[in-house]
Amino acid sequence: MTRSASGSLPRYILQRTLLVIPMIWVILTLVFFVLRVAPGDPVSAALGGKLDDEALDQRRAALGFDRPLIEQYWDYLSSVARLDFGTTFSDNQSVLHVVRDNGGATLSLTIVAFIIALMVGVPLGLVAGRYRDSLPDVLIRLFGILSYAAPIFFVGFLLQAYLAKPLGLPTSGMATPQTIFNVEEHTHILLIDVFLNGNSIYIEDVLKHLILPATTLGLLICGVFIRLVRVNILQTMQSDYVEAAEARGLARRKVTWRHAFRNALVPVITVIGLQFALLLGGAVLTESTFNWPGLGQKLVDYINDRDYGAVQGIITIFAVAVVLISLLVDIVNALIDPRVRY
Amino acid sequence: MRKVFKALAKPFTETAGLARWMLVIGIVITAVFVICAIFAPLLAPYGFDQTSADGVQFVKREAPSGDHVFGTDRLLFDVLSRTIWGARTAIEVVVLSIVICVFVGVPMGLISGYYGGWLDRILLLIMDALFAFPSFLLAIVFAFLLTNKLPSGGFSGVLAVSLSLSVIYVPQYYRVVRNTTVSAKEATYVEAARAIGASDFVIMRRYLFGNVVQSVPVIGTLNAADAILTLAGLGFLGLGIQSTEAAEWGHDLNRALADAGSGIWWTGLYPGLAIVLLVTGLTLVGEGLNETINPTLRRRRLLPVVMTPREGDR
Repeated sequence: MTRSASGSLPRYILQRTLLVIPMIWVILTLVFFVLRVAPGDPVSAALGGKLDDEALDQRRAALGFDRPLIEQYWDYLSSVARLDFGTTFSDNQSVLHVVRDNGGATLSLTIVAFIIALMVGVPLGLVAGRYRDSLPDVLIRLFGILSYAAPIFFVGFLLQAYLAKPLGLPTSGMATPQTIFNVEEHTHILLIDVFLNGNSIYIEDVLKHLILPATTLGLLICGVFIRLVRVNILQTMQSDYVEAAEARGLARRKVTWRHAFRNALVPVITVIGLQFALLLGGAVLTESTFNWPGLGQKLVDYINDRDYGAVQGIITIFAVAVVLISLLVDIVNALIDPRVRY
Repeated sequence: MRKVFKALAKPFTETAGLARWMLVIGIVITAVFVICAIFAPLLAPYGFDQTSADGVQFVKREAPSGDHVFGTDRLLFDVLSRTIWGARTAIEVVVLSIVICVFVGVPMGLISGYYGGWLDRILLLIMDALFAFPSFLLAIVFAFLLTNKLPSGGFSGVLAVSLSLSVIYVPQYYRVVRNTTVSAKEATYVEAARAIGASDFVIMRRYLFGNVVQSVPVIGTLNAADAILTLAGLGFLGLGIQSTEAAEWGHDLNRALADAGSGIWWTGLYPGLAIVLLVTGLTLVGEGLNETINPTLRRRRLLPVVMTPREGDR
């Protein structure tokens, strides 16, 4: 077989990258039409009652709502292409600024939650899959189902009601006002800034605020990892090469570690990318539960203000992020698993 | 009729041991909630928005006691009653959204897969985009739009949330039905039907529909668990169903959260447990069905074979 027929790596990456453009276009079109066609008038929804009719008309003209829909659509697409995601109606801020000011909080929350989920979920899944139908398997599976079945805000409620006080952990916000005031901003991500500051009191304060929200969000994703790793172990343990390894007389331990586990973990990387979508949804709820000043919390605030401009901008950024992350995951996958490239 | 029973019994006959137990437990839990939903007016001691009985107003945030087994919350509602009525809301929303999904997704998938061409391409593109989008965010956006759009009061909250849920699940029904249609339409029996002059509509309805519809119950049960969580999530954020329209567990938990710090546990614990139980039940059913249908996971019971010696062998 020639190289090109089997699909070389650069070629696959190029193809996959080019595919991003139509994907983003379709999603943007959906976002635009869904948000623009459904309501009567976004400006009066956000500002009705606060301004008189003339001022409302001015705002409409300024935002371009008096022009034909197709022109507005073109404007929207071209401004997104210039990385301009519009402005909010209610407090007239650039959406990019909103993202910069609140995105760091969401990012640090989700990354820490993800690490917790991986550290808990993957080992449990391996054990459950390796010892199928044993007592640990039953318990671990039950834990997996429960951690998925318990809504984030319920886990958050339980932690706040029963654990927070005995452990002395804060349940609201990202840090005490004192810490936020005293730690100077470098990166707009408090978790990094506080380490740059180096004062151990502030570091402890920030970490303490992080524990409950990150655990709550981590538990949600951990169930997914348990299920996934377990099923993959079950399937690889039945595969021919594991049987062949056993038939060659390799020790059971060696077979499971070197042959089964490694291959069973490859799909986990794919799913990490897919979990990003779940994580975003979960982050919105976690932030709401723990009053975490992130992007999800901000989105809910803007929704309550009926601010279509902000909702459209933030949703657009989320959509683009999801598409780009799935691209990244596919490329990483192609690097790890040559079968993907075909 | 016998075929239907056989199909219904299949998950039981094809599973053994643990898998069967999980399936049975799941069905029992789900059945309990369905009974609560149907007989809520009889089972619940009070109405979901009742704040007084016999002319006496309930006490705010009363701890569990004889009159209020699960206590009362900050709006004076009886927690036990709202937990039971919440089952009705949850089941209503899930059933309604699955019905909408089936009525939209199945015909769309059939037509798209059968005719192919540009219609197929466009539908695929839209559905894939919807599927790629973070589903909870999608539900938030649609609940936000629909609650603004629909007149408030009565059933509209339930309808708005059901529609928002349908939007996030339709792509799955569409995809599965479309792909089965694409492979089934090449089969010999479809060709034969075409040869005897059956119209496209007849082929889709009589020949393809039955083939394609089999996977729908599995998607339905798997999505139902997720739908309960999404519904509760929307309620928690205050989107969709308002607390005077119907009892909704997520919305109740939102109100309970403010009390969590001051040691009031009963307002949140019971609605939360209800969600966990129902979702667990539905997940067990879904997983049980999946294990019987997905052959890579299936492990059949080994039937003992008894070889009795024949008379002539002696």
